Amino acid sequence: MYNNILSILIFLPLAGILLLVALPYISKNSDKHLKLAAFFITLVEFVISIPIFFLFNKNSAGIQFEEAVKWFPDIGISYHLGLDGISLLLVLLTTFMFPITVLCSWNAIDKGLKVFLAMILFLESALIGTFVALDMILFFIFWEAVLIPMYFIIGIWGTSRRIYAAIKFFIYTAFGSGLMLIAIMYLYFAHISQFGTPSMDIFDLYKVSLPFDGILSPQGLCFLAFFLAFAIKVPMFPFHTWLPDAHVEAPTPGSVILAAVLLKMGTYGFIRFLIPYFPEATQSYLGVLIVISLIGIIYGAMVAFVQKDLKKLVAYSSVSHMGLIMLGIFVFNIQGLEGGIYQMIGHGLSTGALFILVGMIYERRHTKMISEFGGISKVMPVFATLFMIAMLSSIGLPLLNGFVGEFLVLLGAFKLNYWYAVIGATGLILGAVYMLWAYQRVMFGKLDKVANQELKDLNFREIGLVIPLIIMMFVMGIYPKPFISRIEPTVKEIISRTENKISYSYKEVSRELTPPSQN
Amino acid sequence: MLAIIVLAPLIGALINGLLYASGISKKLTSKPDNKEVISYIACGAILISALLSTYLFINLIKSDPDSRLIVSEFFTWIPSGEMNIKFELLFDTLSAVMAMVVCWVGFLIHVYSIGYMHHDKSYARYFTYLNIFIFFMLMLVLGNNFLMMFVGWEGVGLASYLLIGFWYEDSLKAYAGRKAFIVNRIGDFGFILGIFLIFTVFGSLNYQDVFSKLADPVFAGGISVSIITAIALLLFVGAVGKSAQFPLYVWLPDAMAGPTAVSALIHAATMVTAGVYMVSRCSMIFNMSPIALNVILAVASLTAFLAATIALTQNDIKKVLAYSTVSQLGYMFMAAGVGAYMFAIFHVVTHAFFKALLFLGSGSVIHAMSDDQDIRNMGGLRKMIPTTAITFLIGTLAISGFPLLSGFFSKDEILASVYNSGNTFFWIIGCITAVFTAYYMTRLYILTFEGSPRMSTEVKKNIHESPRSMTIPLIVLAILSVIGGLIGVPHFMSEGVGLSHFPNLIEEFLASSVSMLPHEAPHGSGFHLGHWALVFISIGAAFLGILIAIIQFMVIPNVLSKKVEKGNIIKGLYKGSLNKWYVDEIYNDIFVEPFNDFSRQFSNFDKSVVDGALNGLSDSVKNLSRKMSSFQSGLTRYYAVAMVCGVILIVAVLVF
Repeated sequence: MYNNILSILIFLPLAGILLLVALPYISKNSDKHLKLAAFFITLVEFVISIPIFFLFNKNSAGIQFEEAVKWFPDIGISYHLGLDGISLLLVLLTTFMFPITVLCSWNAIDKGLKVFLAMILFLESALIGTFVALDMILFFIFWEAVLIPMYFIIGIWGTSRRIYAAIKFFIYTAFGSGLMLIAIMYLYFAHISQFGTPSMDIFDLYKVSLPFDGILSPQGLCFLAFFLAFAIKVPMFPFHTWLPDAHVEAPTPGSVILAAVLLKMGTYGFIRFLIPYFPEATQSYLGVLIVISLIGIIYGAMVAFVQKDLKKLVAYSSVSHMGLIMLGIFVFNIQGLEGGIYQMIGHGLSTGALFILVGMIYERRHTKMISEFGGISKVMPVFATLFMIAMLSSIGLPLLNGFVGEFLVLLGAFKLNYWYAVIGATGLILGAVYMLWAYQRVMFGKLDKVANQELKDLNFREIGLVIPLIIMMFVMGIYPKPFISRIEPTVKEIISRTENKISYSYKEVSRELTPPSQN
Repeated sequence: MLAIIVLAPLIGALINGLLYASGISKKLTSKPDNKEVISYIACGAILISALLSTYLFINLIKSDPDSRLIVSEFFTWIPSGEMNIKFELLFDTLSAVMAMVVCWVGFLIHVYSIGYMHHDKSYARYFTYLNIFIFFMLMLVLGNNFLMMFVGWEGVGLASYLLIGFWYEDSLKAYAGRKAFIVNRIGDFGFILGIFLIFTVFGSLNYQDVFSKLADPVFAGGISVSIITAIALLLFVGAVGKSAQFPLYVWLPDAMAGPTAVSALIHAATMVTAGVYMVSRCSMIFNMSPIALNVILAVASLTAFLAATIALTQNDIKKVLAYSTVSQLGYMFMAAGVGAYMFAIFHVVTHAFFKALLFLGSGSVIHAMSDDQDIRNMGGLRKMIPTTAITFLIGTLAISGFPLLSGFFSKDEILASVYNSGNTFFWIIGCITAVFTAYYMTRLYILTFEGSPRMSTEVKKNIHESPRSMTIPLIVLAILSVIGGLIGVPHFMSEGVGLSHFPNLIEEFLASSVSMLPHEAPHGSGFHLGHWALVFISIGAAFLGILIAIIQFMVIPNVLSKKVEKGNIIKGLYKGSLNKWYVDEIYNDIFVEPFNDFSRQFSNFDKSVVDGALNGLSDSVKNLSRKMSSFQSGLTRYYAVAMVCGVILIVAVLVF
């Protein structure tokens, strides 16, 4: 069964859409059944994805669960899927987040429920496809397909400025993808001219070497195109302004998927494509890339600090955290990359949880303005406790997932240049500053607003949907070994593949610090 | 067994936390009797830890001095490339001393809390936090690598945050908790960088690995002193945050917003001494860096002195004790700064006894005073709450350095080792601080317990001695404050009174885990004070301080109204001290406000420039396309003209 598991994972949600379409004709109480059906489909999806984690051979750096079918053999396009250590965790993050997302749209969606749930299922297919596609065209199809449901989710089910936010999101990211498509074409033809055969296979394209001589050379321009596509998606500073708008306007389930999974498409793209395809260009602009990441960490945190809208605050915290992930990727040593990848998952859990929790209070009060709250702890102790744990995970408290990722990223950065770590680590302080300040204004103080005094604490469904996230935060904080050990071969492989082309000064730094070894 | 010691409080916390969460606690606490369940779980959990650590402690004493070490490894925590960080615990003599203090003082304070928090609605939440604190504190002192210490380090910070802001409905208290957490994070920032540097240099974070490499002359010789200094100073930044040294001490006085039992446990006896533990644990690193040691000595002396000057004039009973704690922590670091780590730890132990006693005593006073903390409203309490008064007096004398009480021995050894290391200037500062200490503590005692009562009649009516769960810990701690010093009697003293076989227990015990910098005799001048002279000077300092306070506050009447009307300089100094030398205000002006401004400006920048550029771009595209669309007028003539022009242009390009 698990030979074709990736195809099953991609097409099961699509099949689920058919079920949703048929359901209103069968059942009278359709809304409830629609939700149950969507939940059931995503849950099945998650359950059948779990064995992949255990069947995955953690000693192999190669592609596993591979499926390859010729599609358009004449022009070298195939239906090629597979998993390595990086996509494994992202796929599992996706399947894990979707049942939770469906549960949290239980009451958040008041119109067009069927279409909404269909969009959610479509989104799941597209996201999984993006992470497992090993053919460039297939990847691009999934990559673009993600935009469609997300555009509608924001544009139809969002709040007041939803149209603006949806269009901004769509055009901005589509602009990046357009550039990327041109660069893909260039790579494709370069492959033909260098090897004589047409191929869109991602690994075939790894072999292409483009001349590099400044940003206007072929490699430089292709690098720029891919970079913009991914940097907008992550988003990296200064391409981030679509994110706060999208988050503020999107309905809770949309925000959760956006923050937890969708942004990871960008960071995934950096590791899967940008660095291996354009090693010389990456090497040349490494300093710039790292500095942009560092600016993102601090800038995002400081802007988050002064936000008045709770959701916008979490959105800017994402900018900061994604900066840390990018830092880990660009320092490009084992700890940095592993930390970056680990943090992708960790950020998905903690920020996903934060958006879910913000959504819960929004459903009750219909406002996200921090100044409207105060003293919530007293009426909603369970909510406050869960929020506290998600917050602590987000600010990197040891024994929760955030710490492991941050520690590894910063250690990796330190090995490259200790100033990177010094600046990056100020993010740890700033994270505590804006998060605790927001927490205090929402949860602590006097319960003086009348509208807050009657708030009901979380119900069984709400607690139930946050608890799995909390459990995973602890698991990933206390026992990261099963995860890291699955990432490590792939990371080593990526590093060794580009070792000749990307050389790092950290080796010199280490030599300077470490005395000659005596064995 | 080590795992049980650490995990027992966690399990206690989990059970109480679940009780709290499931709402069972609400039903329980409506009937006061059932609070017992929660207290039994919490106190039982820590009692398990305490008994087990005592058992191991005794085993350690019995065993051969060279093999006083228990290590247990559990599982790999963070594996990454060449790095392999484990969950591992260590019980050596240093850990043992710390664990004993944490567990037993912690246990007493748990018991005290039963009475102190009895009327609180969030009884279960309180004990949950308290147990979480003990869990992390034990992890801090029992961890066997730097990252384990860091886990505990951050964890106790969290517990401290939760407990300072325990009564979160008061935003000032919530603010104090947040301030503590953030200031501590600034220290942790240094600590984590220090950990990175240690890993980069030594390739491991395990204590045995790092210290054995450091002990290897070939390896150690290959590391430049500046790198060791960098490690030492980065670690010390962590200690400065957690142990409230200058310039990061500002969170500790505010931390008094928490329940008093918490102040006693976390902000006096245990957590704040974590920095001293850390420096002692890394004694080998610090010993190699004279610069780092000098920095510690200077920072510590400044802290001890500065905090003591602030304590002189405070009117809040807990604020006096808070600044006193900062000052005493300064003493501990002074010892560390001259490489006398054992005396630093000795002072940690004695200070845990008498400062916990004083805080719990103040809690008892506040309890009696219907939650008033201002000593100007007290007076004459000795007759009304005698047990508290007597134990408080013992604590006061112990901290002042009254001969033969615990504080006397530890403080005297610290001052003597500072003197013997040749740092006469810092020794003088230490002695002056000792005078101040004796003065402000005596002042505190007199204003609280002696003289005529100044409280309102309503408050006076309600004054009562605290319940036994509170007074018994006071009595136990008072006894420990009296005899606690006997574990570290210097040899020359025991010899001097004819007990030459009486050992300096703590020094011998710690020798296997802490490496002490050998004392050098002061160079240069031939004048050198002997052991006994130093002892008499510090006794003199204590008596001087006590005497001035007695004269000022007992002999001269109506001192409270008179004091401010003195000369200008003294008035200025008094005002400065009363306002804590305006340090909070200065920090606010040079750090907090600019940070707020910058953040606001960044946010505006984000809206107007970053996003503005994007919207501007899209607007100009829109305008451009609007103009372009005017070309598509639908009039064939224009198209024909345009076509002709185009053809001409192309031909022109091709031809030329």
